[in-house]
Amino acid sequence: MTKSELIENLAMKHTHLNLIDVESSVKIILEHMAQSLSKGERIEIRGFGSFSLHHRKARTGRNPKTGEAVALAEKYAPHFKPGKELRERVDTSIPEQ
Amino acid sequence: MALTKAMMAERLCDELGLNKREAKEFVETFFEELKISLENGDSIKLSGFGNFDIRDKRERPGRNPKTGEEIPILARRVVTFKSGQKLKTRVEAYAGSVK
Repeated sequence: MTKSELIENLAMKHTHLNLIDVESSVKIILEHMAQSLSKGERIEIRGFGSFSLHHRKARTGRNPKTGEAVALAEKYAPHFKPGKELRERVDTSIPEQ
Repeated sequence: MALTKAMMAERLCDELGLNKREAKEFVETFFEELKISLENGDSIKLSGFGNFDIRDKRERPGRNPKTGEEIPILARRVVTFKSGQKLKTRVEAYAGSVK
């Protein structure tokens, strides 16, 4: 599913909203999430999952083309942990209740 | 403070003038749509944010960490998230300590 498909699906379920508002809403939600993470804040959505930042230590990397060593500074990377409901709904090996 | 669905709904009210109930329902169905897609085995690509992918894991040997007893970890299907370049770059710029 792409962002435009998500917008279409949501538009079908929210017939009282016009397409422009659905499109804007999706963009606002994603931008809100990106903003929070870039400020170092977690996102917690019960049943879906949580997003947080993981610290990455500084390390010496290599340019794969030239083999040259490159110093990489420490940084943060986004991390997603699926919530219980999502895990259970996705894992088809769990029998449905 | 962590970002919650209530805060997202509030922003939709402020920026688009949706009423409270509409905004709350919208945020709810937004995440429900993502769950439906993943539950159907369909990955999600949200440009500028990231991709949610489905991975089928094979059975592997495991251990009960308390008792040391060997128990197989059954084959299962899991969701993984890979952030997009744009989000990665924005987050990398964050220099403070994580709240």
